[in-house]
Amino acid sequence: MIEELATTQEGDLVINVGPQHPSTHGVLHLVITMNGETIKKVEPHLGYIHRSIEKMCESLSFRQFIYVTSRMDYLSSHINNHGCALCVEKGLQIEVPARAQVIRVLMDELTRIASHVLWWGALAMDVGALTPFFHAFREREAINDIMEETCGARLTMNYMAPGGVMFDIHPNFQKRVHAFIELFKSKIDEYDELVTDNVIFKARMQGIGMLSYEDAISYGCSGPTARGSGVKCDIRKLYPYEIYNKLQFEEIIETGCDSYARYLVRMKEMRQSLSIIEQLIDNIPEGEFLAKTKAVLKLPKGEFYSKVETARGEFGVYIVSEGGTTPYRIKFRSPGFSNLSALDHMARGQKIGDLVAMMGSLDLVIPDIDR
Amino acid sequence: MSNEELKSELVALHPSLVFEEGGEWLNMVIEPSELIPFAEKIRSADHLFFDYLFCLTCVDWKTHLTMVYHFSSTKYRHTIVLKSKLDRNNPEIETLCRIWKTAEFHEREVFELFGVKFLHHPDLRNLILPDVWNGFPLRKDYEDAVNMIKL
Repeated sequence: MIEELATTQEGDLVINVGPQHPSTHGVLHLVITMNGETIKKVEPHLGYIHRSIEKMCESLSFRQFIYVTSRMDYLSSHINNHGCALCVEKGLQIEVPARAQVIRVLMDELTRIASHVLWWGALAMDVGALTPFFHAFREREAINDIMEETCGARLTMNYMAPGGVMFDIHPNFQKRVHAFIELFKSKIDEYDELVTDNVIFKARMQGIGMLSYEDAISYGCSGPTARGSGVKCDIRKLYPYEIYNKLQFEEIIETGCDSYARYLVRMKEMRQSLSIIEQLIDNIPEGEFLAKTKAVLKLPKGEFYSKVETARGEFGVYIVSEGGTTPYRIKFRSPGFSNLSALDHMARGQKIGDLVAMMGSLDLVIPDIDR
Repeated sequence: MSNEELKSELVALHPSLVFEEGGEWLNMVIEPSELIPFAEKIRSADHLFFDYLFCLTCVDWKTHLTMVYHFSSTKYRHTIVLKSKLDRNNPEIETLCRIWKTAEFHEREVFELFGVKFLHHPDLRNLILPDVWNGFPLRKDYEDAVNMIKL
């Protein structure tokens, strides 16, 4: 689907990559100016899956709008819902029961592993290794089955509700998660053996897509993209929500600034998420899973902002309320949008063959960018 | 720095700031014409060091538009919310993308969805919408019989 657009007067070649291109994992359209094989400029054209979710939310109630965000970053749908629920709870000053907090964090971390596993398989496929993709889907399937049993859905979980979670966990939940922990512990070592130290993979990733510490901050990058450049930006550590401040886990920082550093951050984050799940799975407190709230929610007049750490970075929800039953204005600060804006800077001067590795290391999810 | 300390530091930097009550972070309003000098000061001052612009958006208040900037510091972890009121018929404000590069994409988004013109922006074109689009979808009076479904 790469077609030649035009040749400019200086002899530069302008080509389209996408919108239908397997390595963009969605409908991302890049217009690339090249001199020979060297990239001079990358210009993203967005909006192929723009649904104007922010406008849509203005006519949905404070209970309803949460579930639209599952359709943004569909790999972190649970965490997106979590951010919205936190913002509504902040406005209404609802206290979430301890049981619900633990369930939420457990689900968040399972989602994070599922997202990172899929990214790992897809990235390896992008750079030419097909086997990891099947390994990744095998483990992701196990998480999806756990989700399906408790939430009733495999992709758009819609399990959050203002004040807790919609319904209690399935009786099999703990048993299944234990089984998953055992399974995944051996598999993640296998992942490292298969890809992380592979010499061909390293050659494709190291020194590619450099993003300095200052640029990562200036471009508003967050999540593993920024942490690969040494920026401390894990919302779970810096602005802890729910019970994250009581948990033992490390914020993974790499200082390589290249695609390989971003790769390492995500691989190590999976182990941290697994350790969080291990800490919590046998310590789910008894009690309510949903706080009592009014049937119709009305946020007081004012502005509320909450942020959570999704698999891709900082997801912010900004609600402006006029005291009614629907939000006056909602802004979703999606991590992918800011991370993508750094792509042009990373790609300049690099070879066209490395572009896919750079894009893969950013872990772009297009509906999250287009909204 | 606590909100009170921040407030006194910012007043010393720019006496004409108007502070708004409420909210978890310090909210302030600035004249559009004074945005750039103020932004340069809070970015470069060593004790403030607002290097991270994490959210840039606009709100349509029917009588005027309000630009909303969320800044925080990766060094000190403090956050402020800066607002600027614009004329709804001819909204114009200076671009911040020479100071924070992330502003380039965010401003293009605000440009197409709200119609705010960012002066001296290097590449002010539609980003998400097609190149030709009538009206500004996130304004409150926007009507579109084809693409909008009313609930």
